[in-house]
Amino acid sequence: MRWIKELTDPKARRWEEFYRNRWQHDRVVRSTHGVNCTGGCSWLVYVKEGIVAWEMQATDYPRLEAGLPPYEPRGCQRGISFSWYLYSPLRIKHPTIRGSLLDLWRAAKEEHSDPLAAWGSIVEDSEKRRSYQQARGKGGFRRTSWDEALEITAASTLYTIKRYGPDRIVGFSPIPAMSMCSYAAGTRLLSLLGGVVLSFYDWYADLPPASPETWGEKTDVAESADWYNSKYIVVMGTNLSMTRTPDVHFVAEARTNGAKLVVLSPDFSQVSKYADWWLPVTAGHDGAFWMAVNHVILREFYVERHVPYFADYLARYSDAPFLVTLDRGDGERYVPGRLLRAESLPRYRREENGEWKFLVFDRLSGEPRMPGGSIGFRWQREAGRWNLEMKDGLDGAEIEPLLSLLDGRDDVLPVSITDYAGGTSVARGVPVRYLETATGRTPVTTVFDLLMANFGVGRGLSGDYPEDYNAAAPGTPAWQEEYTGVGRETLIRFAREWAGTAERTRGKCTIIVGSGANHWYHSNLTYRTGITALILCGCVGVNGGGLNHYTGQEKVAPEASWSLLAFAKDWTKGGRFQNTPSFHYVHSDQWRYDGGAADPRPDPKGGPAGRHPMDLQVDAVRMGWLPFYPQFDRNPLELVKEAEAAGAKGDEEIIRWVVEELEKKRLRFAVEEPDAPENWPRLWLIWRGNALLSSAKGHEYFLRHYLGTHDSSIADECAAEQVENAAWQDAAPRGKLDLVVDINFRMDTSALYSDIVLPTATWYEKDDLNTTDLHSFIHPLSAAVPPCWESRSDWEIFKALAEKISALARIHFPEPVRDIVAAPLLHDTPGEIAQSEVRGWHRGECEAVPGTTMPRLAVVERDFVHLLDRFVSLGEEVKREGIEERGLRWPVADLYDELLESAPVREWGGKRFPSLAEAVDAANAILHFAPETNGEVAWRAFRSLEEKTGLTLADLASDYRGTRYRFSDLVSQPRRILTSPCWSGVTNNGRPYAPYCLNVERLVPWRTLTGRQHFYLDHGWYRAFGEHLPTFKTRIDTEESGHLAKSRPVGKALMLNCLTPHGKWHMHTTYYDNHRMLTLSRGIEPFWLNDRDAEEIGVKDNEWVEVYNDNGVVVTRAVVSARIPRGVGIYYHAPERTISVPLSPLRGNRRAGGHNSLTRARLKPVLMAGGYGQLSYAFNAWGPPGSDRDTYVYVHKLEGALRY
Amino acid sequence: MKVRAQVSMVFNLDKCIGCHTCSIACKNIWSDRRGAEYMWWNNVETKPGTGYPTLWEDQEKYRGGWERTDREPRLRLHSRGGGLAKLFFNPRLPTIDDYYEPWSYRYGDLLSAPAGDDQPVARPVSLVTGDPINIEAGPNWDDDLGGSPVYGAHDPNLAAVSEAERRQLFLLERMVLFYLPRICNHCANPGCVAACPSGAIYKRGEDGIVLVSQEKCRGWRMCVSGCPYKKVYYNWGSGKSEKCILCYPRQETGQAPACFHSCVGRLRYLGVLLYDAERIERSASRPDHDLVQAQREMILDPSDPEVVNKAAEEGIHPAVLAAARNSPVYRFVKEWRLALPLHPEFGTVPMLYYVPPLLPLAADRENGCYDLGGEFFTSLEQGRLPLRYLASLFSAGNEEIIRAVYRKLTAVRVHRRAATTGDVPAGELERFLAEAGTTPEEAEAIYHMTSLAGFDERHAVPPFMREMAMEMSVDPADRKGEAGTGFLRPPKRGW
Repeated sequence: MRWIKELTDPKARRWEEFYRNRWQHDRVVRSTHGVNCTGGCSWLVYVKEGIVAWEMQATDYPRLEAGLPPYEPRGCQRGISFSWYLYSPLRIKHPTIRGSLLDLWRAAKEEHSDPLAAWGSIVEDSEKRRSYQQARGKGGFRRTSWDEALEITAASTLYTIKRYGPDRIVGFSPIPAMSMCSYAAGTRLLSLLGGVVLSFYDWYADLPPASPETWGEKTDVAESADWYNSKYIVVMGTNLSMTRTPDVHFVAEARTNGAKLVVLSPDFSQVSKYADWWLPVTAGHDGAFWMAVNHVILREFYVERHVPYFADYLARYSDAPFLVTLDRGDGERYVPGRLLRAESLPRYRREENGEWKFLVFDRLSGEPRMPGGSIGFRWQREAGRWNLEMKDGLDGAEIEPLLSLLDGRDDVLPVSITDYAGGTSVARGVPVRYLETATGRTPVTTVFDLLMANFGVGRGLSGDYPEDYNAAAPGTPAWQEEYTGVGRETLIRFAREWAGTAERTRGKCTIIVGSGANHWYHSNLTYRTGITALILCGCVGVNGGGLNHYTGQEKVAPEASWSLLAFAKDWTKGGRFQNTPSFHYVHSDQWRYDGGAADPRPDPKGGPAGRHPMDLQVDAVRMGWLPFYPQFDRNPLELVKEAEAAGAKGDEEIIRWVVEELEKKRLRFAVEEPDAPENWPRLWLIWRGNALLSSAKGHEYFLRHYLGTHDSSIADECAAEQVENAAWQDAAPRGKLDLVVDINFRMDTSALYSDIVLPTATWYEKDDLNTTDLHSFIHPLSAAVPPCWESRSDWEIFKALAEKISALARIHFPEPVRDIVAAPLLHDTPGEIAQSEVRGWHRGECEAVPGTTMPRLAVVERDFVHLLDRFVSLGEEVKREGIEERGLRWPVADLYDELLESAPVREWGGKRFPSLAEAVDAANAILHFAPETNGEVAWRAFRSLEEKTGLTLADLASDYRGTRYRFSDLVSQPRRILTSPCWSGVTNNGRPYAPYCLNVERLVPWRTLTGRQHFYLDHGWYRAFGEHLPTFKTRIDTEESGHLAKSRPVGKALMLNCLTPHGKWHMHTTYYDNHRMLTLSRGIEPFWLNDRDAEEIGVKDNEWVEVYNDNGVVVTRAVVSARIPRGVGIYYHAPERTISVPLSPLRGNRRAGGHNSLTRARLKPVLMAGGYGQLSYAFNAWGPPGSDRDTYVYVHKLEGALRY
Repeated sequence: MKVRAQVSMVFNLDKCIGCHTCSIACKNIWSDRRGAEYMWWNNVETKPGTGYPTLWEDQEKYRGGWERTDREPRLRLHSRGGGLAKLFFNPRLPTIDDYYEPWSYRYGDLLSAPAGDDQPVARPVSLVTGDPINIEAGPNWDDDLGGSPVYGAHDPNLAAVSEAERRQLFLLERMVLFYLPRICNHCANPGCVAACPSGAIYKRGEDGIVLVSQEKCRGWRMCVSGCPYKKVYYNWGSGKSEKCILCYPRQETGQAPACFHSCVGRLRYLGVLLYDAERIERSASRPDHDLVQAQREMILDPSDPEVVNKAAEEGIHPAVLAAARNSPVYRFVKEWRLALPLHPEFGTVPMLYYVPPLLPLAADRENGCYDLGGEFFTSLEQGRLPLRYLASLFSAGNEEIIRAVYRKLTAVRVHRRAATTGDVPAGELERFLAEAGTTPEEAEAIYHMTSLAGFDERHAVPPFMREMAMEMSVDPADRKGEAGTGFLRPPKRGW
């Protein structure tokens, strides 16, 4: 055709070099994005003329085993827009400080030559203090020098230590895995100082408490490639397209490979487009769905049919066959009691740790028997008996545990089963045997029999069992309809397909789950009901199966060696680790606004169940369950001196003196009067995160009580009458913090509200390490260009701060000082078998014994003069002690010496140390000592586990003993992590990582009470709160939430449940302000609501709305969409307050807030339990999370003219 | 027979997650410049929706592409003579409101705001005027069914479905969305080329890439109108039109285009197609019902000896022929008949192809409860979108073609379910394969390509033999030493 111009003429095409020139570049460097997204994608950064011009994904991941799709490419829309930040107008180029503080400082320095005196003159003068606190967040930044900014920070640090103690200094940085050396820089400094490291995983509500509850592990999940092995995939409360952007292709590919995909989500979420079935389960009520699924599975696959794979799996790998005592409840009814302890039977009376060994009913002997593997075996003197072989712990005889006591039962007793959603209770017959125990004739049943009663499967037993699926009794398919909106026929089909697939494939069914399910107050229950369906069908510890929870890039693959550096364990054991939810609930005074008990519960009389969470929080600290800092109402350095002045000699006497002071109430825990000035946190260091908004549940209370600036909460304080354990001050303090220092590369909300902002290198300007749980590679961040403008890497910043502190310490702390550190009873230590019953020493129920009935206490040395030297040197403690992780310990002295020979060294104090002066040195040290990156270490770690279990395991590492990764290797290509006993998957020969394969295949126990997966949690608080069995509780209702106690609908307003799932155009707040992302979205994070809901209040698409409750207010644009269910508003997590946020007429025409202006932290008491097996504290692994989904708001059209 | 080689592409929409990584890869490299702010050579749209620029599919509004006449296809915009008359007034251009007014924010205020009594904020400002702006449109404005009553409900393809079906689509139990990534289609019968009064637009002989010469373009913008996909953009800074260049600088160095490289859903495939240029007109002129079939016929079998001979006569390098035989695109389009052109009725013979997405089962709602039934997987009868809607997009209304694609896609899944799980009832697998007209071998091959294929299998970039191309004007040995020397200056306005 004549008009088609086909051109080959080279002359006419010379211009083509126009675009070729654009593509030319000078350098390509491998890096990644240190953002909490779990992506962990390897990127190539293109440098042109010394400027980063763009980035593209690396595609050279080593392939896994044949028959799996490859990982390439990984990296999403957010990551690929990162280069915009480097030279953007948001970039922090120079050290920056609030002008009002700078003026005060310079004036003070005129008067006081000593920086500490200068700092004191500001913060001790209430007027001066108020003047810069009130200015927080309101502009007036000025450029300063590194020297001046560091001097102020260092002076504040030492001033705080001297005046109040090091435990008034806190640091927050999230998710080490995304850039682990940068994280470690700050925590290493804090740990050497004695400062407090704040957790993140639980605070974000990303920690799934059901994981420690069931498996004793904070989270252990399959890498995304393993999804491909699954044949039935349920996606619940997670939006893979949005949040697992680089991985979701495995789901699409698994579907092509014959897997069915079912999505549970209240809205037609983006991942729903992939689904075979989309089930719009009512928000927060997925648990009811799973309750009924379990009902169907138990009935059809356990009672009506016998499936050998399921039954055998359940008997060996779960607590289902373990014996539980039944206690008398109300009237004729019984209630499930504690697991039957071995020591309560004559046969096992002399067993070591007999209180921590548990029993099954053995078919062979016809008697109760004590299989190995329970926690008592883990911590007994004789090693080698902690394993899952079904043998009696006493004589080694084979055991065949009975799942049920139905056959050969002595009796059937009515057991009370409560429907918390309906507020009713029924009695269901449970088969029992009577045993003669230390306390007399005791009825016992099995966990399995309790499950049958719990899920309403009758087996012909007496009691209130439903006749069929159509009965409206708790647990049936008909019952769940009311809560989920899913029809019974659909549910029944689902359950059959699920279990049928698992039966065919030996467990290849998976639940991929995330924050949409996990951010609810009762998330642990939702998860436990789903996990039940997995365990009942033998799906855990199988490639292609299991619970895959991805929220928060929590997996630091080389954790053992990384934590050594990060928490300065090479120098000191005196780290202070704080669970952040408790910290913020208490210190930001959110407890004062908490109306109390939010749990539906049958019987609040007596016990913990009727008490205010603050009271329980205080008790949890007293009993050593949860940490709390500041720990006491006195300076811990002074406390040691006082003890010595009182005649205490040596650490033990000092500790004894401190315990006596506590007993006599002369010394108080700070948590008992958190609002007293001596108990406030004083200095807050923030790096790698957005602590003041993105993650700050109850943001407005942060502004009010921490910062002392304006806020938009109208909530009343309402806890005064309810709280007994904590002293109430009539006026809550405003502005507790003396100084907030933010280390940042961009002007985000935290930077905007901080006193000092230090410019940090971006992810394209520094060297670091990166891992995630979504894939099994370790790979680097590396510097494509040097840190821009005056920025420095986090490692260099904390080094410089250490140098400044060391210099000032020569005057103020010329000699080492001693510090007393209080810490909770820890998981994976003998402290987890400290408290078999709940007893309070403070109530006189037991003696005060540190490390048993109350927190551990330790006296440690702090050497502030040598702070820098220690920071940059790998201490000899590791050489002496070896490396310890998850209760294992292995020697590394020769490897330490190897570093002295082969790596840079530091010399001081007459000794040589491996150097950590550069971030690369730190990275290499991490790689050198980690089982996951050094085959020899893996082998040694497995040897250690062999000793503990008596199993053969080191063969898993023997093929890789010679493998060593160095930083430069990772720069050339990502490397795959090695199989390690610190984790539970097997990655040999390209096999995809799936959790608990080691447990299932090699009989290594789970780190739980019975050593098996737990359905049943017999801790006193769990029974008091009715969470001993997997059950369903509805979301917290509007009234109990307390969010709308004062707020009233204004004009045409609608009340909605406000959900904040992860957004498409940002990772939390990172990338939110990025021009690319704002352009591809609506230029703001809008509020999504249903089209008919919008019509009701007269709101059209893109119009401005006010969203508000008692906590605060948001003003944004509405997106009207039929994809959102009625009654729900979605405000994707997480916007910044810095971009396009107008004033709110409703709240005095002041700047409106962000998503966390609408939330308030709330603690769930059962999750505070401690000193009890898997219910024991571990940093980022246990404790009540900061849930945020049970939040209600009003929304109405913004009236009047829009004003900025 | 006139054999031509075309670098062509397939988008497997089932795997598209609408993440826009492709869009940004492209933006970062090619259109992050003054005058190009609003350009998205690659964009991704939510369907149902109105897209970018808004309602681009509505040719009553834009008059893009070709009209079929009794004699030969004619540009909808104008005849060539008529075009000259309209040089200075072309009413068929999208306005800035049809695209969007590019904006930014006063980011600097956050750092520089003086001490005040409230928090400073970065206000949105227009990138055109610099003044505060009320943002009312963007390049991805109706993303994920945002504003569904305004945008989703006015998708031009919904004209193909009944009023009742249209209403149902926005009920929760029928709700559906999918994504449509779009770049220049590098058409065989490009409207932009035909519309250009300056002769600045051409199709490269060796690979079929359509380019706007930045030397010859005079900014008449007839190409913008002539392209029914609205994939040519006017750069207000340089005064020239620009468009997707299919990353020829990357392809010439053996790399896939940036949007393809960065596709994290792994849904894009690239490879050479051979086609018969003599059949272009016939392809474009057939009745709607036959358009897809005609286009399939235009594509030549690279293993056919006659084609190979003719190709050699045309000077197509043997390595390019080898690449054509190894082309995943050929398999999707011609062998498996799974990949379809986007709006073939526009008449430009677009050379990019789409595999329609699988969709969730539709549900019923009874007594307030949501119920699903029927097939284990998605089924034709209960899919959430009427076939007519998909036919409006990909087959000029021919539903049978869409049905055949779905039958085959489902058969592949059933085949793999049977192979891996074994719970497909006896006879079912055979029934699925037979209805789809496929074999276990073909199903296995499709499974392999859609699931397992690695980067190099998905992107069979042909060799460009640059030394031979260069040799026509400059000695490669000289070029080796001098390439890159010289002064780089931004283009000047040509008029």
